[in-house]
Amino acid sequence: MKKGKRTEKERRQRWRGLLVPLLAIVTALIISGLLIIVTDFDVHDAFTHIPMEIVDRVEYSWEEVSLEEALEHHAAQVEIGDRVRVDGRWRTVVETIDNPERQLTLDEAREIYPELAVGVMVHFNFWQRPMVGFAAAWESVASAYAALFEGSIGSPVQMVRALIAAIGGDSSQLGRAFYPLTESLVTATPYILTGLAVALGFKAGLFNIGAEGQYFVGGLLGVFVGYSLKGLPMIVHLPLTLLAGMVGGAIWGAIPGLLKAKTGAHEVINTIMMNYIAFALADWLLNGPMQRPDDFRPISAEIQPSAFLPQFFASPIRLHLGFILALLVAAAVYWLLFKTTVGFELRTVGTNPHAARYAGMNLTWNYVLAMALSGGLAGLAAMNDICGVIHYMPNAFSAGYGFDAIALALLGRSHPVGVVLAALLFGILRAGASRMQSVAQIPIDIISILQAMIIIFIAAPEIIRALYRLRDKPDAELAPTKG
Amino acid sequence: MSTATQSIDHGQIVDPAEVRRGRTMGIFYVLIGVCIYWLFVPSSQPGQTAILGLNPGTQSAALTIPDLVMPVRGSLYAMALVSIVLGVIQLVRGFKRFEGLVLGVVALFLVMSFVVWAARGTGFNMLGVLASTLQRAMPIVLAALSGVMCERSGIINIAIEGMMLMAAMTSALFGSITGSLWLGLIISLLFAGLLGWLLAVLSIRYKINQVISGTAINILSTGLTSFISAKFMSENAALNNSGKFTNVAIPLLSRIPIIGPIFFETNVIVYMMYILLIVMHVMLYYTRWGLRTRAIGEHPRAADTLGVDVLRMRYINVIIGGMVAGLGGAFLVLGSVPRFDELMTAGKGFIGLAAMIFGKWNPFGAFGASLIFGFADALQGKLQILEVPIPSQFMRMAPYLITMIVLAGVVGRSEAPAAEGEPYEKQ
Amino acid sequence: MAPILELRGITKRFPGVIANDQIDLTLNEGEILALLGENGAGKTTLMNILYGLYDPDEGEIMIRGEAAQIDGPQDAISQGIGMVHQHFMLVPPLTVAENVILGNEPIQRGLFLDRKLAAKRIREISDTYGLDVDPEALVRTLPVGVQQRVEIIKVLYRSADILILDEPTAVLTPQEVDDLFEVIQTLVDAGKSIIFITHKLKEVLALADRITVLRRGKVVGSTTPADSDEEDLAAMMVGREVSLVVEKAPAQPEGVVLDVKGLSILDDRHSPAVNGIDLQVRSGEILGVAGVQGNGQTELVEALTGLRSATNGAFTIAGEAMTKASPREITEAGVAHVPEDRQADGLALDFPISDNMVLNTYYVPPYAKGIVLQDDVIRENAERLVREFDVRTPGIDLPAANLSGGNQQKVIVAREFNRDIKLLIASQPTRGLDVGSIEYIHKRIVERRDQGVGVLLVSSELDEITQLADRIVVMFKGRIMATVDAAAVTREQLGLLMAGVEVVELSAVTGA
Repeated sequence: MKKGKRTEKERRQRWRGLLVPLLAIVTALIISGLLIIVTDFDVHDAFTHIPMEIVDRVEYSWEEVSLEEALEHHAAQVEIGDRVRVDGRWRTVVETIDNPERQLTLDEAREIYPELAVGVMVHFNFWQRPMVGFAAAWESVASAYAALFEGSIGSPVQMVRALIAAIGGDSSQLGRAFYPLTESLVTATPYILTGLAVALGFKAGLFNIGAEGQYFVGGLLGVFVGYSLKGLPMIVHLPLTLLAGMVGGAIWGAIPGLLKAKTGAHEVINTIMMNYIAFALADWLLNGPMQRPDDFRPISAEIQPSAFLPQFFASPIRLHLGFILALLVAAAVYWLLFKTTVGFELRTVGTNPHAARYAGMNLTWNYVLAMALSGGLAGLAAMNDICGVIHYMPNAFSAGYGFDAIALALLGRSHPVGVVLAALLFGILRAGASRMQSVAQIPIDIISILQAMIIIFIAAPEIIRALYRLRDKPDAELAPTKG
Repeated sequence: MSTATQSIDHGQIVDPAEVRRGRTMGIFYVLIGVCIYWLFVPSSQPGQTAILGLNPGTQSAALTIPDLVMPVRGSLYAMALVSIVLGVIQLVRGFKRFEGLVLGVVALFLVMSFVVWAARGTGFNMLGVLASTLQRAMPIVLAALSGVMCERSGIINIAIEGMMLMAAMTSALFGSITGSLWLGLIISLLFAGLLGWLLAVLSIRYKINQVISGTAINILSTGLTSFISAKFMSENAALNNSGKFTNVAIPLLSRIPIIGPIFFETNVIVYMMYILLIVMHVMLYYTRWGLRTRAIGEHPRAADTLGVDVLRMRYINVIIGGMVAGLGGAFLVLGSVPRFDELMTAGKGFIGLAAMIFGKWNPFGAFGASLIFGFADALQGKLQILEVPIPSQFMRMAPYLITMIVLAGVVGRSEAPAAEGEPYEKQ
Repeated sequence: MAPILELRGITKRFPGVIANDQIDLTLNEGEILALLGENGAGKTTLMNILYGLYDPDEGEIMIRGEAAQIDGPQDAISQGIGMVHQHFMLVPPLTVAENVILGNEPIQRGLFLDRKLAAKRIREISDTYGLDVDPEALVRTLPVGVQQRVEIIKVLYRSADILILDEPTAVLTPQEVDDLFEVIQTLVDAGKSIIFITHKLKEVLALADRITVLRRGKVVGSTTPADSDEEDLAAMMVGREVSLVVEKAPAQPEGVVLDVKGLSILDDRHSPAVNGIDLQVRSGEILGVAGVQGNGQTELVEALTGLRSATNGAFTIAGEAMTKASPREITEAGVAHVPEDRQADGLALDFPISDNMVLNTYYVPPYAKGIVLQDDVIRENAERLVREFDVRTPGIDLPAANLSGGNQQKVIVAREFNRDIKLLIASQPTRGLDVGSIEYIHKRIVERRDQGVGVLLVSSELDEITQLADRIVVMFKGRIMATVDAAAVTREQLGLLMAGVEVVELSAVTGA
């Protein structure tokens, strides 16, 4: 049988394979959007209780532009009353734009309520202005997702403009234009690593719910090496620090692995317990022995500059070597799992421990190795954040990477490439979500809801298929093995 | 040539693993005795006493009894000695049937000596700790009972944490909105049951791996509860102010000293738990439903061939299991701190699963195990007040460490329902 | 005798295969009908349809002349059909009584189980039909023969008139088989009608009133024991002439490859499974281990392959002490192991065939250099083996799960035979396979023996042992009852030994 020549059917199947995850993400976004609409007080009002201002004349907005928006389009100082060119038209800058949807002329008003005057506010219900509600709903969702987009990727227009300026010699705009995109990458990096951690565990048949705790302990050990060793050149100190983080995480992961191998204790509960123990441990250390001198906050000392991960660009962009490192690690995990005997053993143990024993593999060793590698990756994620971004370790450290990593691994089907893609997706979502929270007042927890739905849709593709009436043509199965 | 047949009677071939375990236990007991002597005795003074208060600090219907005055050195010596003796006996011949009991006794000695030492020269309200034990154990008990219901039917329920959280949030929210504690409670149970239904659908109908579907529900619940809390409840105190159930004393039983104030002078959710405990035990072992439930958890195909509706029973049990978990979540708010804080369950759902395993998947066993966890939690708070020179964070680790030790089989391996975790394929 | 049951035109399709194809079947009242066919012929599927576990795609079922609608086991039960399954449907941690009443529980006071009534009824049935059991015993503590009695009581408790017995003798000693036949006769005398599914020709001829033969989902013939013999039945089952005897030259044994002395082993529940046995296998001979499943054979094989530790005794392989060796060390010492449960132990079903072909050799050159796997070597190896061993598959990248049972076993055999081996341990190597695969595997085993490999063949199919083995040991309750030359012992004697009876006058019993 020839390998490498894909038939038409196989190619179609590949697209099919991509379709379901894509639809899953889209569906999850739609449902989240509905949730945003439903919990938005402004939308409630727009559907029930629409405030209408009575005015002389209804003015339309295409001759005006708000100060805020004008400033976004023009870096130069702009003031109210200026005329500027925005979106192809000349407009006057005003303080805020009146919403013509919410304005009523006196004549119109008097048709309904005879004794009224300009300046008074009346309230309409849904049936009098039905479109307002829907417009508000759309506005709510659109602004939320626009904020998401802006926070995660930024404005393509701005980016192109900045690039053009840079080529011409002025690189001042590059920072701001590319900040969201690079932030997404920065946010995605720990996800890549923790996602790989959990995925590696899954491949070996282990549910590592303890990535969070392993992250903490890795961070503790790593930051200690980072701030306490002085006078070493970066070429020595940085790898040492990263390694320390990995060792810390590896130890924390190996313990439940050993317990599972020797006593059969299920790693789900043990890893969760190790998480809480790690939190308590970090709490003690950062309020005690490892606390930054002369500081009342539960944070560690800053690491030495020789342990910083080099940045690529100037501030405000925070993209650092860690991202490249994470990609290299993903490649290494792929190589390990699929091209080496070590990976062969881990995967065999994961798919059938009995057969693995029969084949001569040592279950104990493999369980411990898998959990240690997994924990090490989580620890490396912590070091990525410490050495690359914040340069010390605070107590309220992670952003809930533990459970997110599980979602990632599931989304990426435990395959390194899938995990990287899923991590980039999550990085985008998270980076955008903080802007959603600040601009559109959507609590950042919407991301968890999104994630949960994505997991469910990916784990049960039948739901998506049923929802979108996708035809499902599995290959004709060969004869069942039982008679 | 026929081989000489050796007649071996069934007591003589000894399993080396069992022997090793027995010896380890024996050494363990001796070590505990030695530790008691070596760690605690030196820092105590001769003639010191520890006063363990046995009366409730507040108004109570219970008859007052004198406080327990423990001579520190005396009791420490006694407990150390007995531990060592028990250890030696275990090393030499083992306790066979009483092994579990002896383990419990030695563990109790360890805890008591620690308590006596911590309170040397002063005293504290032991009853308060014991009462607090039940309160802290409540969410764990209900989580464990939920686990029993689901796992006995063959479904692993990792989502107990999420169900509790959802119930906690909705009980606070709807309790505040409706102004009625009971309505808040009932609505929260419905929401938790809804999550149970979701777990059932994902695991039974779509046959998703139960750990994955449970995790997804946890993430969903965390997200939803934090979202709603951040959006509505943190700004608006009126939405997070449900009030709590007041304590009601049961007429005769609350007069019993020690037991009365702990078990019979508390709020109605606790009483509901007692009823649930008894009902669950009776149902599981004495009724048709219980027999069928146990069957579908061990060998669903056998039950199916006899006409038992495996899938329907699993659905119903998981939904009810969700509601039981919900009761635990509602307790956190309506029976304890009358407000919802994000992530307030703090792993109790998972500890409940550990209690379920410790209790060997039966209701009273789970209850006992949960009390132990609750005790560790309660003690930890009290010891901070006593200014025990161990950082509070290490005390906080105690329940989790205990869980891990238990799971490692120190208490003996336990058998999970055989068919748990496997989606049932009707052919 | 009027027909109590008629199946007309029953057809059932699964993706890619027609399991039952227009099957007509008649069962007369008070008769024993044997449903004969090899593994995969569709017998169990047909009976599952009758019992309501499957819905037929076409056809109808008539009970006592009336069309019957059977949507599930409850329907089947209420119409008087009861089934004793091949793999027992008993819940191990529950008692006999609980297992029997499950689904049909007697109730007192509306809610609670009436255990007294249940026990009473069970005792009644026990007495009537000679099925002796203790209602309060936990099923998991009962021996297999007693468990089967519980299954029969279950069926009778529900007043079944038509009993379906699916391969009931698979796990019984010859003595227990005789007991079972007596019970069946009692049932028939009491007016019950029996369908008896099997692939064992001797039993069919001994027990049945009529025989219906299935092959590849179709009925290929109906006959009676008076009108046919083993060869006829075998030919009908397989569709061609089947040689019931394996061709083999006499053995040329040489040195001892496996030497077991005083081995004692515990099972999973820490009770003794093997009690101090001795045996030897020489290169160039096949030593058959006969015995009903559950007498220690599984544990013995596990100990010899390093998967279980022995508590006492020792064994050597080609002179090297291997009692405490790991599975890998034993494999490296030149031992091949064809495991009893091919899907659970012998294969990683999710992995492609190519990976399964190196499941226990992946770490040595040329399949790996250091820790790096050599994919091209692995693939080329798999392709060669698939050709050599005639494994029916479209490609080597297919997951092993997609193969039929026979082909899966061929993969395992191919893998194990692809090494330089001194000892082959084959445990139930042809269980659940079709006749073609069985013949193939037997041939290859004999071939290896002729190449100088010592073979330890463990099988609960007495025919397999008598056909293949040069010498035979019989295991019963963890002990070796006898070690004999295959040519010098009769089937009856083996049967007695398997049942634990000390046979004194074994003719020409030779030492080993």
